[in-house]
Amino acid sequence: MDNLLSIITFIPAVAAVIMALFLRGDDAAAQQNAKWLALLATAATFLVSLFLLAGFDPANTGMQFVEEYDWILGLQYKMGVDGISVLFVMLTTFLMPITIASCWTVQTRVKEYMIAFLMLETLMLGVFCALDLVLFYLFFEAGLIPMFLIIGIWGGKERIYAAFKFFLYTFLGSVLMLVAMIAMYWDAGTTDIPTLLTHNFTSETFSLFGIPIIGGLQTMLFLAFFASFAVKMPMWPVHTWLPDAHVQAPTAGSVVLAAILLKMGGYGFLRFSLPMFPVGSDVMAPLVLWMSAIAIVYTSLVALAQSDMKKLIAYSSVAHMGYVTMGIFAANQQGIDGAIFQMISHGFISGALFLCVGVIYDRMHTREIDAYGGLVNKMPAYAMIFMFFTMANVGLPGTSGFVGEFLVLVGIFQVNTWVAAVATSGVILSAAYALWLYRRVVMGELIKEALKSITDMTRREKAIFAPLVVMTLLLGIYPALVTDIIGPSVSALVTDYQAAIPASGASQLAQQ
Amino acid sequence: MATIILLAPLVGALICGFGWRIIGERAGQIIATALVFLAAFLSWIIFLTFDGEMYRVVLLRWIESGSLGSEWAIRVDRLTAIMLVVVNSVSALVHLYSFGYMAHDDNWTEREHYRARFFAYLSFFTFAMLMLVTSDNLVQMFFGWEGVGVASYLLIGFYYKKPSANAAAIKAFVVNRVGDFGFALGIMALFFLTDSVRFDEVFAAAPALADTSIRFLWADWNAANLIGVLLFIGAMGKSAQLFLHTWLPDAMEGPTPVSALIHAATMVTAGVFLVCRMSPVYEYAPSAMVMITVLGAATAFVAATIGLVQNDIKRVIAYSTMSQLGYMFVAAGVGVYSVAMFHLFTHAFFKAMLFLGAGSVIHATHHEQDMRNYGGLRKKIPYTFAAMMIGTLAITGVGIPLTHIGFAGFLSKDAVIESAFVGNQGAFWLLVVAAGMTSFYSWRLMFLTFYGTNRAGTVGHGHGHGHGHDDHHHEPHESPTIMLIPLGVLALGAAFSGMIWYSVFFGDEDKVRDWFGMDAAHHQAEEPAVAPVAGTAAPAPVQGAGVATEAAPSEGAVIATDAAPAEDIHVARVAPKGAIFIGPENTVLHDAHYVPKWVKVSPFIAMVLGFALSWLFYIKNPSLPGRLAANQRPLYLFLLNKWYFDELYDWVFVRPAKWLGGFLWKRGDGAVIDGSINGVAMGLIPMLTRLAGRAQSGYVFHYAFAMVLGVVALISWLTLSGAQ
Repeated sequence: MDNLLSIITFIPAVAAVIMALFLRGDDAAAQQNAKWLALLATAATFLVSLFLLAGFDPANTGMQFVEEYDWILGLQYKMGVDGISVLFVMLTTFLMPITIASCWTVQTRVKEYMIAFLMLETLMLGVFCALDLVLFYLFFEAGLIPMFLIIGIWGGKERIYAAFKFFLYTFLGSVLMLVAMIAMYWDAGTTDIPTLLTHNFTSETFSLFGIPIIGGLQTMLFLAFFASFAVKMPMWPVHTWLPDAHVQAPTAGSVVLAAILLKMGGYGFLRFSLPMFPVGSDVMAPLVLWMSAIAIVYTSLVALAQSDMKKLIAYSSVAHMGYVTMGIFAANQQGIDGAIFQMISHGFISGALFLCVGVIYDRMHTREIDAYGGLVNKMPAYAMIFMFFTMANVGLPGTSGFVGEFLVLVGIFQVNTWVAAVATSGVILSAAYALWLYRRVVMGELIKEALKSITDMTRREKAIFAPLVVMTLLLGIYPALVTDIIGPSVSALVTDYQAAIPASGASQLAQQ
Repeated sequence: MATIILLAPLVGALICGFGWRIIGERAGQIIATALVFLAAFLSWIIFLTFDGEMYRVVLLRWIESGSLGSEWAIRVDRLTAIMLVVVNSVSALVHLYSFGYMAHDDNWTEREHYRARFFAYLSFFTFAMLMLVTSDNLVQMFFGWEGVGVASYLLIGFYYKKPSANAAAIKAFVVNRVGDFGFALGIMALFFLTDSVRFDEVFAAAPALADTSIRFLWADWNAANLIGVLLFIGAMGKSAQLFLHTWLPDAMEGPTPVSALIHAATMVTAGVFLVCRMSPVYEYAPSAMVMITVLGAATAFVAATIGLVQNDIKRVIAYSTMSQLGYMFVAAGVGVYSVAMFHLFTHAFFKAMLFLGAGSVIHATHHEQDMRNYGGLRKKIPYTFAAMMIGTLAITGVGIPLTHIGFAGFLSKDAVIESAFVGNQGAFWLLVVAAGMTSFYSWRLMFLTFYGTNRAGTVGHGHGHGHGHDDHHHEPHESPTIMLIPLGVLALGAAFSGMIWYSVFFGDEDKVRDWFGMDAAHHQAEEPAVAPVAGTAAPAPVQGAGVATEAAPSEGAVIATDAAPAEDIHVARVAPKGAIFIGPENTVLHDAHYVPKWVKVSPFIAMVLGFALSWLFYIKNPSLPGRLAANQRPLYLFLLNKWYFDELYDWVFVRPAKWLGGFLWKRGDGAVIDGSINGVAMGLIPMLTRLAGRAQSGYVFHYAFAMVLGVVALISWLTLSGAQ
């Protein structure tokens, strides 16, 4: 079990290699084999990752399951998880079999499609486990490639535009992060993340072109990382790549994008920005909080105006990520607990919502809201599941969507009541756009001729949703499943962060 | 026992909602109904045997984060006991009634299954409402709060084929969310200030809140007042108080049993319950209390004016509900929580009955809801008529003045009005006028429906009557027994519940205090039995003494040792004893018994005037209303269109929101963000797209390969530069 994290991370990659090397032909049988192999590999990854969960000690706030080896070019290969990252690993391994199962009806280039998803899983897991800057960067950047391919090859009509937009946005953000990483290496002399977490980056104010930079190097580093993570989240106003990417991506691509890839941004804030650059974070926090609050209201309003289902849900995702960044930069226990919870919960809920769109897209091949109406008459099971996740999306208590939002709002209220009030108004708008969407698609008489022969969900489709329903309810009713695991690590993070603030805050005042 | 009460409806909802395909629709309905009856039966046992000592049952951990802790828990005290009885009794009867009412429905074809779904929703609602009233902390209460909102949404939109029902459902949910916005902020503020969301801990800290100031948005506020106002905004949404009331009339799109259960007897009273539950905080929030009183009185008045002219039988009753909710808030607002609960209690009986009676009328006339198409029905449906008559006597407040003999509404409404006279004279006058209007529109409803000649088919007729196979189509018929039984039971409640429970809700102050589990307001705390005697014999000294000892509403131990001065509350930090709390300076409950005689008689006079006017308009001279409406056309239209609230909100909120959404999307996302901020970078995309334009999908692999190379190059550079 010494290499548990590596085993989890690389099972999908090994499966992908096997598939690439040994699976020949493009007939129906070969396609079927590819799907089954991918499903088995991801399921196996999930089962193995259960050992990780079982062996994880929440009370220990340090890194666990650490592995460290020398690697090429004098680099270190170092993996490990703590209370903040372990659940992202679980989220990924849990969602990937569901994602694979959801592309059962895909028929073009099936083998390559499966390989792309398997590689993607390895790279995503790597991001959450890596404990070395270079390794992290490698996983973080390389993850773009399979996603770029998934959108660019298996996407909709405008897929090339969307794929490039996705790639350029996220890549340009990452370039700044790379520069910052190099600077960190020069300053601290190591790329080891646990060491960097204890390293004290200087926060002396200095002048740049005559402009005083409060928080000095920390602020600069913070901003560089921020560029990358903010795009990834995505935060307003650099969110515009997301709706395009979602609309063009195939269903399974959207699921992974919304459910897991976006969480890398939030994870990055928690792993790097907050603990490594506390002073920089503190300086920039008001700006981030306001960006988050604007994101919630702005994107919720924009969601109201959408006529494309996927776009609407994509904008709703941006709004929900607004709660995440807000919770993180509230920088107290409730805020960060809530942010992590919201990310996990959003993984299930947004994934399920995109799957809901996929179900009817598979049947009608359109995402236009106006093309639907009255589906409840023909698809009662679908109507029920869609209702359930619509309610979870608007943060109904009893579903996991509520816990995260509520904790974040409780956290932010202690920091800034204006931001809290603006963000809370999001609960009104989210109800409006979500229920309005539901009404236009599902409610009413079934009039449209094309819909008359539509069929309800198949057993396979129901089976895909079942685990998501269970998790959404389970976490909504008994959130201790999550908070018990993240609590101690978050508490340590908050304590360290708050300890770093007053000292430097005082020095700031002394200088001025 | 409390756990069974809480979970039985949930089990029923699940079995009925998911199991009906296996066990059959009818079996599902019966199981759901039986379980709610079980819950109702157990609730009455708790209600009748409860000794006033609060106890709690913790079920499961819930949201925990740092110092924030909350559980799934059941808190049983007098308030809970009252609400358990109200919710479960009405729910059980509505379940029973629905067997008949939902048996045939023209909105569905023969092969469509809707009954099990309906019963499952009803049971789910009951469960959510029970979660609300039994909660031991604000977050669980919020769960129930939103849960009933969802149930209400589902049931208003039950006829999902009707666009109007769908619109009404969304409106109800979204307007309620506006209230929830305030409620949620209130919870956040409470946690911020008291570091807890559990009732006991919050109540213990309440006196300190009065001396705390908090920066919220643009100003510094008194903490208690701010929290009071925020929580009341939540109550306004749920209880359809003025400005957040527009959803309630539209909610009548739901089937009538739903209107009786949710939009009359239980859910809409949740706001009143909230204020009573939070009385330990409100007692320290005088400004919030004034706001509650003023808005409550205004609601009672405005709703009554609109009710005067509505033609849809259900809408009349809906506005009447809104108006009566205003009464309850006035009582709570002047600090007489027991009277607010009293009116809530009696109102549940007579208003549920009026709705079920209206449902019976609608059922009898084949889903006709316009009162102008009724008339002369009392011979055709005599039992329904009798029940409606009792309901009308109850809501208008018929009884013998200056005694405690009368229908339920007579006792509870008069108690509200007397309390209002002591607490707020303006509210008092508004309520008296509203009482007159209540009488007018209630009798108008009776006269138009049951008296005169049958006017079926005269106005706007002809919708949904396409199934011509029914020969008795236009012949009104009495409803089946299964619908009449609930009417009979509720009629008993409407007639007698006021008289039976008058003394414990609004009798002598010490009796009320004892019933609600509070410490007695007199010196002989050890012997509550002598309290009534002392209270009636010498009111003035008791009042004086009351101020002194009421100041120590903390744990019994504190009182036993010494007559603790008010400051001790801050030190002790113990929640006050009892289901509600009456502050040291609050003597309204006591003083309300000593109002002048003319005050006590005034609602009766208003009632008689309303009746007389209604009789004149609709029996004696039926052409009068039309002439008056023509003479006073602007006023008539103003009232008929509900003070134009819907139109106003549409212009001020709905349209701008939609416009802004479109604007931000096209201009903000499209032109500004994609266009200029990232214009430089994004300029690349069209170019690259053109490059790739001819390409087949396979071409993309080349880009991928280039990227891999790029990443490798970057890493190489990084490591090489680092190696130096």
